[in-house]
Amino acid sequence: MESGNGGGGGGKEGDLSGEMEVDAYRRLFPLRFYERHLLESVRPDARPLAHARDTSLALGAVASADGSALAKIGCTTMLAGIKLEVMTPSTDSPDEGCIAIEFYMPPICSPIVRPGRPAEVAPVIAKQLSDVILSSGMINLKELSLISGKAAWMAYLDIYCLDADGALFDAALLSAVAAFSHLHLPHVSVNDDGRVVTMSEEQVEGKPAKEPVNQERRKLTLNSIPFSLTCILYKKYILVDPTAEEESIMESLVTVVLDTSGRLVSLYKPGGTVLAYTSTIQDCVALARQRVKELRKILNEALVNMEVD
Amino acid sequence: MMEVDRDDGRSPNQLRPLACSRNLLNRAHGSARWSQGNTIVLAAVYGPKAGTRKNENPEKASIEAIWKPKTGQIGKPEREYEMILKRTLQSICVLTIHPNTITSVILQVINDDGSLLPCAINAACAALLDAGIPLKHLAVAVCCGLTESGSVILDPTKLEEQKMQGFSYLVFPNSAHTVLLKGPSQMDSEPMEHGVITSVTHGVMPAILLANMANIYVDDYLHSLERGRSASAKISAFIRRSLQSQVPDDPSKVK
Repeated sequence: MESGNGGGGGGKEGDLSGEMEVDAYRRLFPLRFYERHLLESVRPDARPLAHARDTSLALGAVASADGSALAKIGCTTMLAGIKLEVMTPSTDSPDEGCIAIEFYMPPICSPIVRPGRPAEVAPVIAKQLSDVILSSGMINLKELSLISGKAAWMAYLDIYCLDADGALFDAALLSAVAAFSHLHLPHVSVNDDGRVVTMSEEQVEGKPAKEPVNQERRKLTLNSIPFSLTCILYKKYILVDPTAEEESIMESLVTVVLDTSGRLVSLYKPGGTVLAYTSTIQDCVALARQRVKELRKILNEALVNMEVD
Repeated sequence: MMEVDRDDGRSPNQLRPLACSRNLLNRAHGSARWSQGNTIVLAAVYGPKAGTRKNENPEKASIEAIWKPKTGQIGKPEREYEMILKRTLQSICVLTIHPNTITSVILQVINDDGSLLPCAINAACAALLDAGIPLKHLAVAVCCGLTESGSVILDPTKLEEQKMQGFSYLVFPNSAHTVLLKGPSQMDSEPMEHGVITSVTHGVMPAILLANMANIYVDDYLHSLERGRSASAKISAFIRRSLQSQVPDDPSKVK
């Protein structure tokens, strides 16, 4: 479809398109370039409007982390790692652990991010992620408790954006969810001073001097997993899973987060010139439902592959 | 629908008393103070000033939103507020009139008693209007809360917000009388003021959530959308009244 601009036009834009190279036309008249594609219900990367890009997941990408995952949606790449630390729970919730989520956009990820000054969207995505992960109830914080009132896990989830090519939140959430499903809780024991310490694998394998506190439970049960889909609204079209180029040209974005039991966790539309009517919202939710099924399958396959290895 | 008892005796659909006064600050090009009950935000607008920030399109006017909390430094939630404000205001301003300029909107929180972001958006709108920045239409923001029993209440106070299982901030256009031609994005079936400019939903504090594993369902969302729309009509009527009393006789004004 890259050559879709040939043929001398007859369109209303008076028509340079027949005489100009496709790449030049794309840069000079990005919106018209896209409109011509949309009329044919296709996008410059040959996707239909309602198709997301190829998505892949690799669990355990960071060997030193307690749980990690690398998620790719098209070119957008996110690396998520979870580090666990033992902490004293707060008195308000003595039998609950804690999750701290941070999202980084280093200069490597996009030409827009310059060294020294953090990207504007990074704290916003971090906030959205922690809202979604905590409010979806995916993780029962009680499972992060070790000894009620004494010790609990503090999970630091760090997500690095390695390549920012649109739909950042979707990829970040996918990598976060995958990292949590990969997370392995290490054994801990109480030492002679009464402090909780983590035990290495060898200590557990060999004859442990101290019985581990958490013998049985090593994995978190993820209740209903949230997945998200970002759509662009442009005129009457809905473009699913936009690239960075599409996001910069058409600015009305809607992010729908649904969990695996079909509940709406979040519907996020920060402004934009196109208004979302009830029917549009319903369409976006329906598209997100479809996408949740795909992503769920991808996550399950990644988990199965890991067990085989 | 179940009736909910609200601490301040309001009905579920009832908003707190609104008040808006404009042109309070001498140096600012436009300013407004908007209050919904005890939630009060002061907004100031400076601009359009020459120049564009990095990564902004110089062919269009750009808007920056600066959030000043009541106390302390700004953190992640405030950064999110800034971004939502910026994108929301961008969508109501006519950006092509003053290309390569920047308009700063500064929001000072005076008191937070719930529904803070909607209050700030309403304040920012009134301030933009006061500054004479060209707007396509106004934005009307409202907060819809979903109580634990599953009913929708409007304009919750801070106390109510803490008890809710989820809430959504909704921003609608008010556009009963627009001078612009209807855009191509106009749906035939629904009037323009039914379109959502901005929607931000929040689940709850994790502790409450884990207790009942409840969340916002799609239908609940659409239901709160419905209620939000009817509230936005009230707010937009209030804005119109408040403007008519403050603008001296203007023959071009649409009644």
